[in-house]
Amino acid sequence: MSFFVETFIGGLLAGVMYSLVAIGFVLIYKASGVFNFAQGSMVLCAGLTFVTMRDRGIDFWLAGLITLTIMVAIAIAVERVVLRPLVNRPQITLFMATLGLSFVIEGIAQIAMGASVHELDLGIVDTPITVGEVQVSQFDLVAAATAGVLVIALSIFFNWTRVGIALRAIADDPLAARSIGIRLQTLWQIVWGVAGFVSLVAGLLWGARQGVQFALTLVVLKALPVLIIGGFTSITGAIVGGLIVGASDSLAEIYLGSLLGGSVSTWFSYVLAVGFLLVRPTGLFGDAPIERI
Amino acid sequence: MTTSQFLEVDNIEVLYSHAILALRGVSLRVEEGSIVALLGANGAGKTTTLKAISNLLGSERGHLSRGAITWRGEATNRLDPADLVARGVVQVLEGRHVFPQLTIEENLLAGGFVRRPSRRALADDLERVYSWFPRLKQRRSARCGLTSGGEQQMVAIGRAMMTRPTLVLLDEPSMGLAPIIVEEIFHIIRDLNRNEGVSFLLAEQNAHLVLRFADHGYVLENGRVAVSGTAAVLAERDDVAEFYLGAATAGTAAAEPVQTPIV
Repeated sequence: MSFFVETFIGGLLAGVMYSLVAIGFVLIYKASGVFNFAQGSMVLCAGLTFVTMRDRGIDFWLAGLITLTIMVAIAIAVERVVLRPLVNRPQITLFMATLGLSFVIEGIAQIAMGASVHELDLGIVDTPITVGEVQVSQFDLVAAATAGVLVIALSIFFNWTRVGIALRAIADDPLAARSIGIRLQTLWQIVWGVAGFVSLVAGLLWGARQGVQFALTLVVLKALPVLIIGGFTSITGAIVGGLIVGASDSLAEIYLGSLLGGSVSTWFSYVLAVGFLLVRPTGLFGDAPIERI
Repeated sequence: MTTSQFLEVDNIEVLYSHAILALRGVSLRVEEGSIVALLGANGAGKTTTLKAISNLLGSERGHLSRGAITWRGEATNRLDPADLVARGVVQVLEGRHVFPQLTIEENLLAGGFVRRPSRRALADDLERVYSWFPRLKQRRSARCGLTSGGEQQMVAIGRAMMTRPTLVLLDEPSMGLAPIIVEEIFHIIRDLNRNEGVSFLLAEQNAHLVLRFADHGYVLENGRVAVSGTAAVLAERDDVAEFYLGAATAGTAAAEPVQTPIV
């Protein structure tokens, strides 16, 4: 039984790491209805920038601040160069643009900072702590706590601040938002900037876990089932989706792995996501379209 | 004729997608403090005229290809829609366009952001809107997508009033609503005009209704102003109704059809 609990908790905590990446998607999807394929590259770019500066001996907080500045600069540039000319085009056009963008960001990051794997030490001790009979990774706990703080902060931002309400208004009806004087461009820059900050947090934690390397962009693929299960428009959904994906992956690996020949965790969450698409296409917490009949 | 210092639309042409000519030389003016009706059938160019004024044509890939629109002496075509709202011109879109996932109160608040008011000023403005539309206050925390058509129209007008406009461009407020609700909404419009000094440019198909409330009217037909005059004069004329039925188009404009996107 304690083995089950340990696997379960380990899975939940691993899932929070996926949630961190998924939140970045939710932010941009909520504000502009675009699935931002470049989110993974932004995570990588943030991690790579930070670790490069750390390798040069720059102070931890200063490096964080510079990285954040660069992420915000990227956000503004993306709005100016990519989104603004494509406004009012079909969503698939914007999606394709973010796909291209992901290669551009990856390429530039690679040219500027090289392609080797960097170790990243955030100073978090990773000795497991024992609660009762269960061992829990301390690093994962820190990651989970970070995600928790992020979610609370973002919920307050979206529900109680003017910018947050305006962002939700844009997501609902961009034309109506423009008609009452909401400036799309400014708000897109803000939301991409916030998404840049979230990618920084995700990049640091993933980088510390796996090393900063190009495989980081692949966490996007794992964020996809998280988004489908939790719903593309809900930050809470991103967290719950992450927990479900993490827990089900690790439990499936342990209990089905021996029957199916292993590496169940690489595909199990996708099967789960397909199931959700059939039963509840908006995800657990996504905004169902409201239609008056 | 003296130049108006309020809204002046001078001989404008609007092209959609560089190909479809929707307006072919429309001129009109709105005097401060008045209600002006913009009449015409579907596709006559009412919505296009309003969107040209509020600079929202870009979202439908349309643009002003000739003519000029001036608001208090300033040409509007280089202004961002948000700049125009900040200067007091706001549009209530056809089909209401509320934010369905936001509550009624959030919808209204969103209209207040453009002026960056203090927290207190925003709360005061909200109370002001609730005083005109008491029903909205009762349902303030309902998600707007789930409210009735009449309530949504009230939200759309209230949200526009939150920007503290001097001119409201109101596109088909009666669309899809029960006559009794339409009557209520028009009375509120008249009150806003009389008590708050807000001017209205009202696009409507229902000529009989709108001419009861308006001071002046323009009838659009195929992207041109066919008739204009005071509301009292227009209401007397028999041929105004004919423009809606298309009877008047048979002889003159039939040889030169104009496609107008209906948006």
